Parts: sequence; structure tokens; C-alpha cells
Amino acid sequence: MLESTALPRKATLSPPLDTRYQVETPEGIDLPLRPAGLMIRALAFSIDLGLRGLILGLLFTVLAFLGKLGAGLGSILLFGVSWWYMVLFEVLNQGRSPGKQWMGLRVVQDDGTPVGWSASLLRNLLRFVDLLPFGYFLGAISCLQHPTFKRLGDLAAGTLVIYSEKPLTRPELPEAQPRRPVFALTLTEQRAILGFAERQGELSGARVQELATILAQPLQVPAPRAVTELNGIARSLLGPA
Amino acid sequence: MKQSLFESRHKAEWEQFALMLDRLERGKEASRIASFPKDYRRLCQHLALARERGYSSFLVDSLQHQVLRGHQQFYRHRSQLGANALAFILAGFPQLVRQQWRFVLAAGLMFFGSLIGMGLLVYLFPDLIYNLIPTEQVTEMQSMYDPVAGHLGRSAERAASEDWVMFGYYIMHNIGIAFQTFAGGLLFGLGSAFFLFFNGLTIGAVAGHLTHIGYGQTFWSFVIGHGAFELSAIALSGAAGLQLGWALIAPGRLPRAESLRVAARKSVLLICGVMLFLLIAAFIEAYWSSMTAPTPMTKYLVGAALWLLVAVYLLFAGRTRHAPE
Repeated sequence: MLESTALPRKATLSPPLDTRYQVETPEGIDLPLRPAGLMIRALAFSIDLGLRGLILGLLFTVLAFLGKLGAGLGSILLFGVSWWYMVLFEVLNQGRSPGKQWMGLRVVQDDGTPVGWSASLLRNLLRFVDLLPFGYFLGAISCLQHPTFKRLGDLAAGTLVIYSEKPLTRPELPEAQPRRPVFALTLTEQRAILGFAERQGELSGARVQELATILAQPLQVPAPRAVTELNGIARSLLGPA
Repeated sequence: MKQSLFESRHKAEWEQFALMLDRLERGKEASRIASFPKDYRRLCQHLALARERGYSSFLVDSLQHQVLRGHQQFYRHRSQLGANALAFILAGFPQLVRQQWRFVLAAGLMFFGSLIGMGLLVYLFPDLIYNLIPTEQVTEMQSMYDPVAGHLGRSAERAASEDWVMFGYYIMHNIGIAFQTFAGGLLFGLGSAFFLFFNGLTIGAVAGHLTHIGYGQTFWSFVIGHGAFELSAIALSGAAGLQLGWALIAPGRLPRAESLRVAARKSVLLICGVMLFLLIAAFIEAYWSSMTAPTPMTKYLVGAALWLLVAVYLLFAGRTRHAPE
């Protein structure tokens, strides 16, 4: 029963339901990137907007004391902050403006490499069109209909806004006597059982029991022992510590 | 091989690679890590093995994370910005402009055509200007260039600090216009065409009106110098925008998205040149055009020389076989 639904070894997986975007590197590795959607990008942008307002407000109050020189500096600053704030941060801070950094986002090229000067300049200049006709209307439409949530500027510049990866902490596997499974496991089954053991700490006891019970019959154990059986298999897959 | 054995065997290697990545990400001694490519490829192999052997998600994900970081260090485009900038100014930019001559010609016709046409029309039928520009602004323009008042809104005795104010203002205002003209091109070129016509008509109307009422001397001697850079820059940014639009209208053999990306990569270079032009224009406008000491004749001569300079630069720079690189 289980064998028939599982994929044969080396079979290509069906396209996942989630929004992962695979980049194939020259080394033949598929790197999954996770594109960020409209909502979180809007939040990041509002943070940046507020921050820019704050910077300008502070600088203008300081410059007001400098008179004419201050006014000249002020308009250069206004220009710099309104057109270059994003570009400078994205290029010099690994694709992260402060708002994006806060929300855990970053900008990369389509091929997963860091964003460069020309791409960043392009995506931020074309922001002007995304703004049209009011409040990022075109940008939002484009973002919502695109499979990897690109606004018009991203389309032209070939860039992507993704979630930055957070360092992982090693999960504790539950203690159990290593056991051999009663039948040979396929690759995905192996991953699934290891995943079950690794994520056990995040699940409630009842849910763990419920998930394990599904496998009680193919594993040929009574339902209450299914959890220990699965943990045992995971242990044996992992090998001695 | 069991996962735990695999991990314990390569753990030290991975930790060392992580340290290397930290150093690279902080931009330290990037060139001195000779073993980086080899280590990176080895890590890729480990990731492939881990996936193939069905090791746990934690191991696969953390290896993936490391490989992604390595990928971003290994394949980043590092450019010698200084050397490239000089070659770009001396040869690359004029070459690019000539290469895109169709768009430059189209944008130039739209902008200068509407400018000159509107200028002539307003000169011949002075009332036309009130159809285009609100009355208060016309009055403001008039007082600014009034030869009797003789201060151009920017008096002869004006302090250096005031030049500075105007310099800042021109940079902000003009580069902003150029950026808008360019970005508008993404709307199938319509935005660029609109801004080209709009700016051409406005400037033409003002010029025609001021010449008609006899303020020509003050106006033309003021604008001719920086106009060389400013007006051609606006036309060029329009050309860059039209290029974007054309990539969407007629993508040729490429898909529209790809065609747009290719065109955008070229047009952003044009925009870099445009920014340079506008910086020069702002400088001239703030520090030379506003001077009232030189006679109008001097100003016309210098202005003509500047126009000639721009034309020669765009037409001939970088044509030699051994263009500076």
C-alpha cells in the first residue's frame, strides 16, 4: 500500500505546492530560494519609508541652522535619500535595506547571486512606474500575479526579493533503541521518518501519536508502540552518535 | 554510510568553510583565500551526496544554506569600478549612444521637435502660452528674466552660498525629471514619450514667450551654456526609456520578460551617462550661467562651444580602434 504511493528511487519530484524558486548552479546543485510576498514587502517598505522620513526630518532641522548652505545641502540630501537610499543599502549591505533586514528579506539576482549596482539602480528607478497611478497600484498587481512575486522593477532588472536564511539549530532526536525497518525504505520515506523524529519536539504528544498511528499497520506494530518504533528507525538511519 | 559517520567525518571541513564565508562576507582578504573554489565545490558534492542518500532535513537544509552563501560569494560580479568608469566616460558611453541611434533619434525628434515647434508657435501666436502654462507661472518667469530688474532672480552680487543652493536644487530637479522620463518607458514607451513632449512643449513655450516680449537676451544667454548638457541629457534619458518600451512592443525572438531584461541592462548604462551629463549641467548652471559679469556675447560663444563639445563627444569619442580601456 505504502510502496505504491511512494516515488521510486531517483524519480523527479512533482512540482511542490509552495512558492520555492529553484536556482540551478553550475555545480549541478538545485538551490531553493523562498521569494517574499506582497504583504511582508509592503511592511519592509513602510519601515524604510518611515526611516527615510526620520532621517530627512533630523537632517533638515540641523541644516536649517546653516542657512543658504543648508538649503543647498538639503536639496542634494533630499535627492540622495529619495533616489539612492535603497540602491546604496542594497548593494553595500548584501541586498538588505534596513526595512528588509528587519523583516528578514534580501534582494538577489535571478540566479541567486548578490545584486549589483546596475540591477539595483534599475529596480529602484523603475519604482516610479510601480507607484503609478497611486500607492504602488501597478507594482502590487504585478507582484500578486507573478509566480515569484516580482514587481515591474524586479521584472526589468532580473531581481528577486527572498527571505534570508536563518541559521538552523540542531534538533534533538528522541532517545530510542535503534531498530531496522521491516521493509526497505525509499528515499522519501527515509526523509519523512527522519523529519518526524527531528520535528517531534515541536509537536504535541497527541499529534505525534496520531501521526505515528497512521504507520502502525505497515510497520507491523500495535498502534501505541508506533512512536518508539519510528524513533528507533530514525536512530538506526542516523547511525551511532 | 550512516549520516552520523558522514557528519563526523566532514564536520571540521564545514566549520572551516563557514569561517571562510564569514571572512569573505565581511570583505576581508577576499583574494587571498586560494582554496575557496575547491572547498566550495567539495561542499556542493557533500550536499548532493546528502540528498542522494536521504539524510535528514536538518543536515540537507544547513548544507544548502552554506552552499547558497558560498554561491553568493563565488559568483558575485566584482567590477573594478574606478577603471570601468573612466573607460565608460571616454569611450563606452558615446559608443552606446551611437549604437542606440534609432532611439536617440526618435527621442531627440520628440523632444527638440516639440521644443522648437512650440517655441516658434508661441513666438508667432503669443497667447498660446496661456493654454499650456498657468498665468502665475508665466508672470513668475517674466520677473525672473526681466532685463530691467537685472538680477535674473539670481543677482550679480549673489553670494557663493546661493550658487550652492541652486546647484543642489538643479541636481534634484533635473535628475528627477530624467529618471521619470526613463522609468516612464516601462509603460510601452508611452511615459517617456509623454515626458519628452511635455518638457519639450513647456521649455519651448517659455523660450518663445520670453523672446517675444523682448527678454530674449537675458534668457538665451542664461540657458545656452548648461542647455547643451541638460537638454541632451533629457533626450538621452528619453531614448533609454523608449528602448525599454520598444523591448516590450517588439521583443523579436525573445520572450517579453527576457527582452525587457536585456534592454534594461543596456539602458541603465545610458542613464549613468545621463546622470553625469546632468551633474555637469547643474554645475554650469549654478556657477557659470548665473554670472552676469561676462557679456552676452561671451556667453553665446561659450554656449556654442559647449554644444559643439557635446556633439563631438557623442559623435566621435571612442571611435578609434584602440579606445582607452
